[in-house]
Amino acid sequence: MNVAEWEARAAAARERMAASGTRVCVCSGASCMVSGGDAVLEATEKAVKSAGLEGSARVVKVGCMGTCSQGPLVRLDPDGVVYQKMDASKAGRVIDKHLKNKALLRESLLFAGPAEPGVERPSEHPFYARQLQVVLEHCGRINPEDIDEYLAVGGYRALYKALSSMSPEEVIGEVKMSGLRGRGGAGFPTGLKWETAYRHVADHKYVVCNGDEGDPGAFMDRAVMEGDPQRILEGMAIAAYAVGADRGFIYVRGEFPPLAIRRLGIAIEQARAAGLLGRNILETGFNFDIEIRIGAGAYVCGEETALLISIEGRRGVPRPRPPFPAESGLWGKPTLLNNVETYAGVAPIIERGGEWYSTIGTAKSMGTKVFALAGAINRTGLIEVPMGITLREIIYDIGGGIPGGRRFKAAQTGGPVGGCIPEQYLDVRVDYESLVGLGSMMGSGGLIVMDDTTCMVNLARYFMEFCMDESCGKCVPCRVGTRQMHLLLSRICGGEGTERDLALLEELAPYCREASLCGLGQGAPNTLMSTLRHFRDEYLVHIREKRCPAGECAMAGAPAGVR
Amino acid sequence: MEPLNRASQIKTLTADDPRAARVLLEIERYRRSPDALIQVLHVAQDVFGYLSLDVLQFVGRELKLPPSHVYGVATFYHLFSLKPKAEHRVVVCTGTACQVRGAEKILEALRRGRGLTKGSPAAGGRLSLDHAHCIGACGLAPAVLIDERMQARADAGSIDGLVTAVTGVPR
Repeated sequence: MNVAEWEARAAAARERMAASGTRVCVCSGASCMVSGGDAVLEATEKAVKSAGLEGSARVVKVGCMGTCSQGPLVRLDPDGVVYQKMDASKAGRVIDKHLKNKALLRESLLFAGPAEPGVERPSEHPFYARQLQVVLEHCGRINPEDIDEYLAVGGYRALYKALSSMSPEEVIGEVKMSGLRGRGGAGFPTGLKWETAYRHVADHKYVVCNGDEGDPGAFMDRAVMEGDPQRILEGMAIAAYAVGADRGFIYVRGEFPPLAIRRLGIAIEQARAAGLLGRNILETGFNFDIEIRIGAGAYVCGEETALLISIEGRRGVPRPRPPFPAESGLWGKPTLLNNVETYAGVAPIIERGGEWYSTIGTAKSMGTKVFALAGAINRTGLIEVPMGITLREIIYDIGGGIPGGRRFKAAQTGGPVGGCIPEQYLDVRVDYESLVGLGSMMGSGGLIVMDDTTCMVNLARYFMEFCMDESCGKCVPCRVGTRQMHLLLSRICGGEGTERDLALLEELAPYCREASLCGLGQGAPNTLMSTLRHFRDEYLVHIREKRCPAGECAMAGAPAGVR
Repeated sequence: MEPLNRASQIKTLTADDPRAARVLLEIERYRRSPDALIQVLHVAQDVFGYLSLDVLQFVGRELKLPPSHVYGVATFYHLFSLKPKAEHRVVVCTGTACQVRGAEKILEALRRGRGLTKGSPAAGGRLSLDHAHCIGACGLAPAVLIDERMQARADAGSIDGLVTAVTGVPR
């Protein structure tokens, strides 16, 4: 495909989208599908047909709309009205009332509850109003299985801009100026990584996308892979042009429902067929192609060196750095490795400029971050917020607070290697440095809210068990340290702990953190250390009074009557 | 304990077996590159149900990889199973969101109700239980998969009846 053909195709797609009348967008994200989304899709299609509205309405499968707790969701565009908790019969009523009679089906409007009528314009509801969507801008609005819809909303314009009017150095300069940092959680400056990979001369270079989203409670990357896969491919292609790579891999977590893998596969095939991947892309002489690799269930493969080794078909065991992958990665060649969300943020940066992106967020953490809200919170789902927003705004304004009138206890970020943030820091600004300062971390974006029924000692035990199970066994501090710490924590949870156990934990945790080879072992003691820092009293009550204040731990060693 | 030398137990698998032929097709798709081992094992497990030593040996031979390497990879990753799976499977998600929302109570209910725990199947081996480190249904926690059917917002009080209803395995 040359430029003229590509432009004509995008224009035709735009016209088709505009001419199709009302777009009945049925969420086909994993969460809505599980709650009966496929029946809703079928019923919607049937209702449109039987009402004879095929000329003025089109049913479209779209990706995640964000408010997963209200699913299955149906949105009618361009009206922008969202209906919640759909089933086959309600979907039929929506078509009947909204499309045929041009009236709102009030009782099914988004956020409608027994006491509330719901919202007509979701964009005005705090759930959406407090968000700023850059990475997720098309997610839930376009059909992820149709490249034409992506072209219609401006897809591949950034790639064309980079290929036709920018040198690799200029692309890297733009990414550096944007201030984009690694969205996998560590926050390494993306532009700097690109520059390192660019500077290393080799006959082949690789671009790899880390889609091994393994943190329990995290589903941001999966939602992007399911909802806007072309956006990831475009970001990877721009990165490949910038660093001089010709081959790319997307490493997808094996435990995911097959949807993400299937949609990425469709996206790659369609991009190839359209000449946006493969040889001589947009007739600029640039060659780049992408393959999918499916992980097989090892958390440690989210670590970059382990991931690359796993792509090579071996046991995913991390190796020491340096050399960093940008110097020597896949098959010993310079390899650029970024997370799904990082790549998904590249196209808007190239299109609108790094300077624009850098105006979002804080001085050191620029841009937006996608979070998956879960746990004891009213509105679970997927959100994207500007960096610098406070935790309180996320949890209370966007998330709607804690259900059941219970009290907020802590927010957990960063997954098993992250930490807990207690109530007194609810007004902390969400950026890389502030969260680390509180003993937690940004992490990949899982944000789990806990109320007063969650025991912090048991949470530390839970994450330690996770790390112990997932330790690859290569280095001693992690392999043995996690096991010992888990043993001590289990004793405390079981009512058999002593203050000496606590002292041992405090001695062991820093060893594990400082002496382990990779982020898994280094991060394994984090939840333990952060709960010890913020909830030490709870440990002491378990030890001295043989009692679990949250009522979660069964105290085997407790005297009768004390539980 | 199983004997260390299990060579005698391995039956030779050849491409005459249609399932082996399907695996071979995948191997060819990757132009016999040994790097494709994990991808090939996924397909092999899919068509054979699990990775028996015969299957591992077959894959190793075709990819020109030593059995030790193939066995090492197959045992490293959680998704690969070297034993046949039970007829019916319950997977309780123990991801953080599910944990916070009561996954442990569900595990406890299954243990009490029918003696079902991870690693020790119930009903004469017909029903097995696994934990999953997050299946990504965090918005619908706690989540349980019964024979691949997802139960959102599972409840410890009714989980046992649900398992019976879906699998047909009585208590």
